[in-house]
Order: sequence, then C-alpha cells, then structure tokens
Amino acid sequence: MIEQAIDAAERPGGLARAVQGVLGAAVPRVEGPLKVTGFAPYAYERAPDGVVYAAVVGASVGAGRVTRVDAAAARALPGVLAVIDDDPRLPAGGANSRAMPHQGTDRVFHYGQPVAVVVAETQAVAREAAALVRVEAEPALGRYDAADLPIERAPKAAFLAPVDTGDLDAALRDAAVVLDRTYTTPAHFPAALEPHASTIWWEGDVLTVRSSNQIVGAARTTIATALGMAPDKVRVLAPYVGGGFGGKTGVGPEVILAAIAAERLRRPVKVALPRRDTAYLVHHRSPTTQRVRIACDRDGHIAAIAHESVAQQNDDAGFVEPVPFGTIPLYAGAARRMTTDLVRVDLPPTGAVRAPGEAIGTFATECAMDELAEELGLDPIELRRRNEPAYDPSTSRPFSTRRLLDCYDEGARRFGWPERVPDPGSALDGEWLIGIGMATALRGNFTVTAEAEVRLDAGGAATVSCDMTDIGTGTYTILAQTVAEILGLAPAAVTVRLGDTDLPPTAGSGGSFGAGSATSAAALACEEVLAELARRMNAAPEELVLRDGQVSAGARSVPLADLVRDDPIVARGRSTPGQQAKRTSQASHGAHFAEVAVNAVTGEVRVRRMVGVFDVGRVLNRATATNQLVGGMIWGISYALGEAAVVDPRSGRFVNPDFGEYHVAVNADVPRIECHFVEEIDDAANQTGAKAVGELGISGAGAAVINAIHNATGVRVRDVPATLDTLLPALPPV
Amino acid sequence: MHFTINGKSYEAEVDVRTSLLDLCREHLGLTGSKKGCDHGQCGACTMLVNGRRINACLTLAVMHQDDEIMTIEGLGTVENLHPLQAAFVKHDGYQCGYCTPGQICSAVGMLDEVKKGWASHVSADLTDPAFDESEISERMSGNICRCAAYPNIVEAIREVAAEQREVAA
Ligand code: FES
Ligand code: FES
Repeated sequence: MIEQAIDAAERPGGLARAVQGVLGAAVPRVEGPLKVTGFAPYAYERAPDGVVYAAVVGASVGAGRVTRVDAAAARALPGVLAVIDDDPRLPAGGANSRAMPHQGTDRVFHYGQPVAVVVAETQAVAREAAALVRVEAEPALGRYDAADLPIERAPKAAFLAPVDTGDLDAALRDAAVVLDRTYTTPAHFPAALEPHASTIWWEGDVLTVRSSNQIVGAARTTIATALGMAPDKVRVLAPYVGGGFGGKTGVGPEVILAAIAAERLRRPVKVALPRRDTAYLVHHRSPTTQRVRIACDRDGHIAAIAHESVAQQNDDAGFVEPVPFGTIPLYAGAARRMTTDLVRVDLPPTGAVRAPGEAIGTFATECAMDELAEELGLDPIELRRRNEPAYDPSTSRPFSTRRLLDCYDEGARRFGWPERVPDPGSALDGEWLIGIGMATALRGNFTVTAEAEVRLDAGGAATVSCDMTDIGTGTYTILAQTVAEILGLAPAAVTVRLGDTDLPPTAGSGGSFGAGSATSAAALACEEVLAELARRMNAAPEELVLRDGQVSAGARSVPLADLVRDDPIVARGRSTPGQQAKRTSQASHGAHFAEVAVNAVTGEVRVRRMVGVFDVGRVLNRATATNQLVGGMIWGISYALGEAAVVDPRSGRFVNPDFGEYHVAVNADVPRIECHFVEEIDDAANQTGAKAVGELGISGAGAAVINAIHNATGVRVRDVPATLDTLLPALPPV
Repeated sequence: MHFTINGKSYEAEVDVRTSLLDLCREHLGLTGSKKGCDHGQCGACTMLVNGRRINACLTLAVMHQDDEIMTIEGLGTVENLHPLQAAFVKHDGYQCGYCTPGQICSAVGMLDEVKKGWASHVSADLTDPAFDESEISERMSGNICRCAAYPNIVEAIREVAAEQREVAA
C-alpha cells in the first residue's frame, strides 16, 4: 500500500506523466445504460426471497411522553407478522458518526418520532396496520416557534468555533459607511427523489443492509453501535443511491427498526419511508436568522464584517448549521465576527443539507454586498474586487488556489454584464420588469482519508474498488477516468466497484470531499501498479509511457495484457490529510450571474438565464461536474423562489411535507444555464488536485436571483423565498 | 388477473389496494419504474398505458386487466437502447438516475401527444402548437428531477424530437 499524507503540494508521478487524455473529458457516465433502462438496482429493489415489509409508526404529539402503544387492531389484521414497540434499542431519531439518538425512550422530541415498527407480508398490509396502531401520549407544551424561545450562545455542539478578531465595535463606530441587515431563511427539505429505503437481512450473526446511504463505512459503525454489535458483523451496500443532498449521510431510524424486525422474525425486511414521513424521519436544513454587518470607507474598502446567525435544533440531535462558513475566508476586513447560535425546539432534527453553511449563509452575505454596492454607488463586482483578500482574512493562511477574480471577469464577459448596472425598476419588456444580479460562490474544500484498490487481472482487465458511493455525482465515471488516465486505458476498460463496506474504506459522499479524496487514493494505488509494471519492464517508473493499452519504456513497447498475463497486480493507495490542510486555506470559488423577469401585474418571477463560472481545481469530468454545478444553481433558483417547509406552530407538524406543497424547481422553472470553468489544478488540495464541486453551485446562486429581483423591481427581499405576496405590494406602478 | 406488460403476459393475484406501480415493482419484479412519492406528485413512476403516459402510483392494478402496459424495461435494453435512452446517456440527462425511467417514459408519451397536435399551457396557437424548448420544459414539468438535470433532459429530448421530425419529413 502506498500511503501519503498531503504534506507537500505535489502530484503523483504517474498522474503527472499520464498521456491518455481521458481525465477531465466529458466521458458519458459508465453506469448510464443501466440507469436509463431501469436495470440499476436501488436499495429497495431485488430483495431476497421471503422478504417482508416494515412500516414505521410515529408519535402522535410533538412533545411529551408516550404512555401506551395499542396495537391490538393492527395485530388482528391478516398478514401482520409483528408490531414491535418494546425493544430497548428502538431509536428516537437518525444516527451518524458524530451523534447517536436516544434509544428506548418514551420521551417525544418531535412529532412523528418513531415509536413502533409494524411488519407484514405485503406493503399494503404493513401500511394499513401502521395506521391502525394507536399511540397514546401525555402531551407537553411544545417549543415550536423559535421566535419566542431563548437563544443559546456559542453552543457546545457547534461545528464552527466563533470567529472574533479585531475590534468590531470600534470599526462599526468609526466607519464612514455601515450596513446592518437581517436576513431569514426557512427550513429546507433535502427531498432526494428516492425515498429513504433499505433492504435488510441476517445470515447467521451477520447483518446486511442495502440502503440508500451516502457514507456506507460510517453507516456500518453507526448501525453496529445502535444494535450493540461488532462492526465487522455488519455489511452495508449502496451501489445506487437516488440522490442524497446530505439527507442520506447518516443512518435513518427506519434502518435500525427494520434490522430489529428482521432479527426478530428471521426474515429479510424492506422498508421505505412514505414521502410525507421523510419530513419527520430525515433531517432538514435549519431555518436561520442572520444578521450581517459590514463597515467600510466611502470607496468600499471593508474594515469590519460580522455574520451572526441563529439556527435551530431539537434535544435529540447534535448538529448546528455552520451558517457563516462561506463568509469566513471571503472578503477582506480586519475586524471579523462569525457566530452560530442556537434555539432548541421540539421539531424534527436539522442537519447537513447540500452545502451546509454556504447555501444559505451566502444568501445573506451576498445580498448584503449587493445592498452595500448600491449604497456606495459602486458596481457590485467592483466592490467585491476591492475586497478580494491576498490571504485568508480570518486565519492569515495563504490560499492554496483562488481564481475568484478570473471567475468575475469571465462571468461578466460571458453574461454581458454592463459597464453600468441599470437603475432598479428601469428596464421593462411588455409587462415584465427585467433585472440582473450577481453573487459570489464559495465552498470550503476538505480532504479526508480515503483508500482504494486498483488491480490488473490476467488479460490486463483493470478494476478499481472502494466503499465510496455514487449518489448521482459521477463517482463511477471519474474513478474509471482516473485509473484509465494513469494506466493508459479507455475508461470503459476499467471496472469500478463502489458502495460496499467490504471494499477499501473512504469517507463516502458528503461535504463535496468524495471525488477529490477517492480519486487521490486511486491515483496513489496506481503508483504502486506502475512500480510493479516498471519492474516487469526492467525500467524505472519515470521511463514508462502508458497509452491505449501499451506500455512503453524507451524504444520498447509491450501490450499491458502481456505484462500481467498470469500474474495479477493488486495495489492499494491511501490518501490522508496532511500539513497542506493546516498551512493553506482551501476552497472552491465561483461567480453567478442571473437575469430575471418579474411580472409587474402578478409578481411572478421567471429566471431568464444564468451564467456560472467556477474554480474547482482539476475538473475530473467536464460533463458530470457541469451537471452538478448547474444542478446546484437550480437549487439556488429553487430556494430563492419556492422552497420553504412550514411548521404549524400549534402542533409541531409540517404543513407541506410533500412535493405537492413543498415546491422544488420543475423543468419549466429552469432557463438555459451556462457553466464554465477557470481551471487550475490545486496540488495542495489532494493528489488529483480536484476541489469541491457538488455543493459549490448552490452557494451564492439564490443570492444572484434575489439581487436580480431587486434590480428588476427595486424590492429588497431579505426573507426567502420571494413569493408573490412578498413582491406584489411593493412593485412599482406600470 | 391478466396483464400485458411490455408485450409479455403476466398472471397475478392482486390485492385491491395494490397500485399498478406496486404490482410491477413488488409482485412482478419489474423495478425499472420508480416510486418517488406514491402521490402523483413526482412522475418517477410514469408508464405508458395504451400509449398514454400515466402516474402508475395513482392507478390501481385491478383497473388494468388486459391493458397494454409499457414500462421502461420494454423500451430498450442495455445492449439496444431506445433513441431517448441513448440521448439521455449522451447528454447526461440525469445524475442519480432515479427519476430517469419516468422522464424517458414521459418523454415518449409527450412526443406522441405533440404529434397528435395536443396543445399545452405555453402553446400560443392551440390548434397547431409550435414545438420548442419551452414546450418540452412545460410538458415535462410533471417529472421532478431533484438532481435538477433539467437542461440536459431538455437537450436529450429536443435532439430525439428533431431526428424524429426529420424522419417524418
Ligand atoms: S411515485 Fe407516482 S408520481 Fe411520484
Ligand atoms: S437524476 Fe436524480 S432525480 Fe433526476
């Protein structure tokens, strides 16, 4: 095994010398044909024989204690096999590597919290039986409205330590211009299209869980802990995952419930959350209140910036939305304050949803920058340019790579950003008010430990394996491309195995670290393969040139297949974070530009076009990276205009927990979107030099739309989504 | 009961509560059609029944004795992709792939509706609707893609529609 910590900004030799020319290309997804024909098996499909169905019974109150579960009617239904409410391991909520839920408790943390599980021969019976179970409870006064609740300052559970440098108060007092604004964002559901589903079976004392999960390695440990087992007795599979967006990073309570049921009945069990239950059993993005203060001189040079936030969490879960995460390294300013405070509520858990922190944090910061630019009479790009720091303004570390200024230039050019932005409300096209807006995107880059195996079998067939997942991100394809690039093969010649805890461990898909980390491990494994190939060629690895299945050293050229004829090569690579992560400040960057039309009569908003330019280090696959970034931009449109999960403050229930009422962007909401790259390989980030992609596109995107709405109408929206009722009363007369 | 799915005959004993979607997914092993909501809100379960697209989660299996049912499995195979399937691969018209079978079945039904001259909400002329990207977007808006691969979905369908028109012309 080749193990390398990222201490130096240096590229593995094999990758540096590679000539195949497939890494970065828009190679079509290798698993594509399986997906378009319906043959790719997701978690709920291809169950073992004799499978039975589980359905979760939830708490009938939002706070208090469960006093009795009356399952007599359910048990009497033909086809019902069991109703389980007495196992001490029954979880109150989801679990992840950081926090375990309460188990076997009668306390209710939120409405719909799992109380029992019903198992039946068919899905229809399981569901009907679950509806027949009566949960009796002693209700307590629920904390459902954060506005009335005390704020916990600098909570222990926080992921971000508060930033407090320089004298903020003095800077605010002395500055020529001070902007002080408060923005609010609602709860967002991750709402992956595949509901959380698992198929679970026991073989002896070994538990296999095929689950819609982003991080199988962590899931194995979590499941083992929840069930009181050794982790090596648990195998987790996730070959295909129908979207995750953070919602599938942990282990849902339904997994533990179904495992308990499978153990008791000694039969395989399937469970899938009905869509409306996903609102209660899956975490959501916390609603937030964000106060942004910026102090600057008349020319817009920022002296102080503060981004203080309040998010929500219940008493069972342990996550605090890291709201100002994207603001920390973004703009200059000696005095800085970034905080994440918390209100405790009796509502379903909040957690990491696509770009935790940046997705909504940049909404506040980037709208505030737009407001400031307007107040100063400056172009919003120029204001950002004047505050582009030379090094991380919060930690004083140098940036590993930062091409933000190029993103502004390239984006402005491609979008056709004018010399002078028209005055708000001044452009009319029929009954439509037209406006333009821009915003900056930033997503922190993390490198995490990952391991991969690369093998060459007889005949030269290459396989790369690790327990990474492909949740639509393109992992299958980029791993094939990485190995193909270094070993001189066509991507189709490389088999990729993923989503199985029997394979080498990675940190899975989350935080946009998956692609960079897993491809780095594969690149290191290839180093070991190359060393062995060189030995067999009687050459030094530096002399090898691998292309189109041929290995050459000097004048000699041998088919790769001949070099491995009867003697397979098996190699492992392991990439771990090192000094570079401590020495440098790492992030992906970008700039969004949007044009919107707002109907002057109805207030309807149509996004007409968007352009995004991104700095993501090495682009591993132009097509899949573009797709993810554009997808993120559409999430920005979606939360700017539609997404909001609404709680009924009387009951702690969601008013709109389904696609009928929780409005995600549909095809007709989406205009033509352009995505371009400013590519600079970031050798300090990891061995392949690829930075975060999956969560970058949403960062700032909503702000660009909201800023464009202001330019169109003169209305400043500080509370998303910008629904008709927000705009209508304030629209200029036409 | 008797069902004809993808040209094949199936006999099945069916609970009256079972949807056409669950019949296929849970009883007949046809798991290509997906369940995203079970409420007719997402389109992941779209199938073609007697040539028309339908949310299979919103219709009971017992209502479809002897209907001609077509699911994604009947459209093409990995070795022999339907033109729309090939176009989705070429244009990266998906990410996670979970909405994809529904998108493709829906597109097949949608293109047929266009051929028959059916108008949509965005058609300027109700008797002879033009066919462009905004028509595709509008007519495909019953199929949610949470990964938001919409621009590529439109591109894939647009290309196949253009080819079909050429052939027809
Ligand atoms: S599953 Fe049928 S429309 Fe969503
Ligand atoms: S590809 Fe994931 S929902 Fe459409």
